[in-house]
Amino acid sequence: MKYLDEFGDPDLAERLLDEIRRTVTQPWALMEVCGGQTHTIIRNGIDQLLPDEVTLIHGPGCPVCVTPLETIDRAMAIAARDDVIFCSFGDMVRVPGSSKDLFRVKSEGGDVRIVYSPLDAVRIAQDNPDKQVVFFGIGFETTAPANAMTVQMADRLGIKNFSLLVSHVLVPPAMTAIMESPTRRVQGFLAAGHVCTVMGMSQYEPLVQRYNVPIVVTGFEPLDVLEGIRRTLLQLEQGRAELENAYPRAVAPEGNPTAQSVVADVFDVCDRPWRGIGLIPQSGWRLSDKYAQFDAEQRFDVTGIQTEESGECRSGEVLQGLIKPNECEAFGTTCTPRSPLGAPMVSSEGACAAYYQFRRLQTPAGASAS
Amino acid sequence: MCLGVPGRVEQVWEADGTRMATVDFGGVRKEVCLAYVPDVTVGDYTIVHVGFALTKLDEASALETLELFRSVGLLEEEFGPVAGMEAAS
Ligand code: SF4
Repeated sequence: MKYLDEFGDPDLAERLLDEIRRTVTQPWALMEVCGGQTHTIIRNGIDQLLPDEVTLIHGPGCPVCVTPLETIDRAMAIAARDDVIFCSFGDMVRVPGSSKDLFRVKSEGGDVRIVYSPLDAVRIAQDNPDKQVVFFGIGFETTAPANAMTVQMADRLGIKNFSLLVSHVLVPPAMTAIMESPTRRVQGFLAAGHVCTVMGMSQYEPLVQRYNVPIVVTGFEPLDVLEGIRRTLLQLEQGRAELENAYPRAVAPEGNPTAQSVVADVFDVCDRPWRGIGLIPQSGWRLSDKYAQFDAEQRFDVTGIQTEESGECRSGEVLQGLIKPNECEAFGTTCTPRSPLGAPMVSSEGACAAYYQFRRLQTPAGASAS
Repeated sequence: MCLGVPGRVEQVWEADGTRMATVDFGGVRKEVCLAYVPDVTVGDYTIVHVGFALTKLDEASALETLELFRSVGLLEEEFGPVAGMEAAS
């Protein structure tokens, strides 16, 4: 298909790789923030084709993975109610909560439905006026415009039996947390292209300035990722730290202003705990007071749930780039996509799922034998 | 989940006061909301995420990027390393 085939062209990939090999003279560690890019990298073996000096650190950009355990437990409590139809993106239903997942709730009789778009959930609400329809509104800035406009539509159409369980997260505060971490290794970032399609580029300028770190807005096809890597490395080798756009066909510097204003109307910035990582200040969105009547947490009493995280899962370390998925003892043994211990093994953007799908049979390079 | 997928707009209509479209993703067709991309029309390529078009794919820029990839390294192959000859960003 147009713009997909072209951006996977092996000859051009080889050309970009050659150029990268010519550029690099010393070790560098880059982070690709977005889980979609992690999948492109692992599926195409990009990390293995790069010169040995270049380390790619996989970032926390998997919204399913960082959705707090508490929120997942709340989702299950709501989904189990007789009067509720619970709608979610597919990735979310296999994510382990404290004792089970949404799929299990469904098999126990809960009406859990996988939808492609939040608009589908509104339609289900219109078709089922005697039920409460709840949509699990998760995601980064890319997904927020869809969820925000859905709430505005429900409001405009007077749909009273629709609500949102919100756990939105924001990318720039997570990048700040990574740069502030005492274990920080990251020297340059590939920023998530579609987040910038919505929010524009200016949000990243303060990060570039404060941490003197190159940030290159990068797309998702193999050539896009290679170009993001090439430009970041070129900056590092030349001692520059700048904000660059390597994905101009989809990212305008100002982003999508209409989407930004709808999101600002429907959501307010809040502190948000990230699963496996901990609380990151001002890193989430919740429904604004104006739309509080669409907040599922207010509509259903789901406080006082006791949560318990799996002791075995090292997703926090994976999400912070401290270990590679195959360095987790449970990887591919007690943790598989069929019976996952942690969210990164189920999400289509999870690093553990990427390694399981494409790299299961390789032993981790540099992992200790303990 | 943040993955937006490019597709071609095939048909545009109004529903409840909102511009909607049928978008073709290499054979798979989906109903998509165009509220965020008022200037997108039939024949355009757009990046769609969970049922919402987020931007019009800029064809000229896509071709330019591909052209850039084709030219990467050519100068150096001919003349050896040239300082500061990074292609336009
Ligand atoms: S392999 Fe499984 S247990 Fe290990 S970090 Fe990944 S999700 Fe958690």
